[in-house]
Amino acid sequence: MKYSVFSILRNALTGNRAWTPVWRFPTPRAAYDTVIVGGGGHGLATAHYLAKLHGITDVAVVEKGYLGSGNVGRNTTIIRSNYLLPGNTHFYEHSMKLWEGLEQDINYNAMVSQRGVLNLAHSDGQRDAYARRGNAMRIAGVDAELLDAAQVKAMLPLLNTDNPRFPVKGGLLQRRGGTVRHDAVAWGYARAADQRGVDLLQNTEVTGIRVEGGRVRGVETTRGFIAAKRVGLAVAGNTSRVAAMAGLRLPIESHLLQAFVSEAVKPMIDCVVTYGAGHFYVSQSDKGGLVFGGDIDGYNSYAQRGGLPVVEDVMEGGVQLFPAMSRLRYLRQWGGIMDMSMDGSPIIDRTPIEGLFLNCGWCYGGFKATPASGWCFAHTIATGEPHALNAAFRLDRFASGAVLDEKGVGAQPNLH
Amino acid sequence: MLIPCPFCGPRGSAEFSTVGSKPPPRPVPDAPPEAWHDYVNIRDNPAGVHEELWQHVHGCRQWLVVTRDTRSHAIAAVKAARP
Ligand SMILES: Cc1cc2nc3c(=O)[nH]c(=O)nc-3n(C[C@H](O)[C@H](O)[C@H](O)COP(=O)(O)OP(=O)(O)OC[C@H]3O[C@@H](n4cnc5c(N)ncnc54)[C@H](O)[C@@H]3O)c2cc1C
Ligand SMILES: [Zn+2]
Repeated sequence: MKYSVFSILRNALTGNRAWTPVWRFPTPRAAYDTVIVGGGGHGLATAHYLAKLHGITDVAVVEKGYLGSGNVGRNTTIIRSNYLLPGNTHFYEHSMKLWEGLEQDINYNAMVSQRGVLNLAHSDGQRDAYARRGNAMRIAGVDAELLDAAQVKAMLPLLNTDNPRFPVKGGLLQRRGGTVRHDAVAWGYARAADQRGVDLLQNTEVTGIRVEGGRVRGVETTRGFIAAKRVGLAVAGNTSRVAAMAGLRLPIESHLLQAFVSEAVKPMIDCVVTYGAGHFYVSQSDKGGLVFGGDIDGYNSYAQRGGLPVVEDVMEGGVQLFPAMSRLRYLRQWGGIMDMSMDGSPIIDRTPIEGLFLNCGWCYGGFKATPASGWCFAHTIATGEPHALNAAFRLDRFASGAVLDEKGVGAQPNLH
Repeated sequence: MLIPCPFCGPRGSAEFSTVGSKPPPRPVPDAPPEAWHDYVNIRDNPAGVHEELWQHVHGCRQWLVVTRDTRSHAIAAVKAARP
């Protein structure tokens, strides 16, 4: 069923009894051309673009839980393309352009909201660094504006700009950045892929990867063996565990990131704001709750729940920036396990095993990448070659030294 | 998370900082590049028992080897990195 204003009207007039399920619940077939492991944003987007752009529809997405149960449904929904290094800038800008046309492409309301992303600067040095980043973005054709303190104040009346230790000196604004309803991204891509014949296999955990003679043959799952000519891994925080099933050891550590939502209040923050002197960022959801987060917990974790020191740190940052937040109660808090790479940048590439492809290393910022990640991964799987847009996201860059380290902190994931 | 420092007793994890996994022995200077790549970049990243290096920065400042389960954060052992 195509969604439109007419389908809403028609269904409203017929008591909403004619809506059909959004996707099928197929039984696994014995073999597929391509199996994607992981039904998060990246896996589902990959399936959609494989089917739509490359005509490969003999595809299964194998997900151990329900679709969207991982980080795609846990993140703070921010999208942006404000990167400095060329290997990243063009990729994330491609993602931004795909976001801009996503809802028409998949016929699903993902509530793409380009409300602007503002990074605050608190020192002259930081403002200079943002000027450099903004110039790099504009050279690459990405929008960026450097704001002074008065402009920031005009945008955010409740912001505390006069803290004596960390005054707000200005900020770097990307107006095309913003937020997207994360669950809808998973559901929309899933529905679009399903409509083109992709089998979405939920509650099916991959427990082994069969490799013979250096070639991948398929995956062992809790519902039996599924043969495949090509297997793509998009399992985010579980990448090391799943890749180990094929004997791969990776430059990845799994870390925990928390997020928080406050009670709903009237509009007080109409863009995304990041604190430049601590670990805190915030936006306000359409329901009115403040959605915010901060730093990762800092030590390896597969626990999917956070520790209290970071809760305190995030609240301190929030109250320092927006003193009015001290009067809010926070409603919910949760965590997700992220695949932190050694240079803070992702990997979309082939592997030494023929037919096995890898998509990982998204750290705390892979939601904004979802469309371009799926797009590039589909290209890499379909053609056997990386696209120019993901050419820098090679697996062997750590060995060769051609790393993509935006922060320049080296192989220590808890600093990225 | 409480870390039982062998010198100071049980202390909140916020008193400590960590560099992550306890690294394998450092390769000799003229080891092949693959050995160095492995040492610098590759991690076992287990879901389960994990040996890691923590420093009690806001305490005795000793470096500690902590054996912790990455699924439950239960700490099985803590010992000084340099006995
Ligand atoms: C709290 C938090 C806030 C974040 N905020 C942002 C943000 O504001 N902006 C941004 O850009 N990014 C953000 N991120 C990062 C972003 O959410 C992730 O990088 C991205 O979602 C990862 O890709 P994914 O959607 O495919 O992952 P996931 O949704 O985690 O998908 C991976 C899937 O693989 C499945 N899986 C794992 N093992 C197996 C197996 N053996 N067999 C079958 N299936 C398996 C999992 O169940 C999971 O569904 C945030 C992350 C967190 C945790
Ligand atoms: Zn101590």
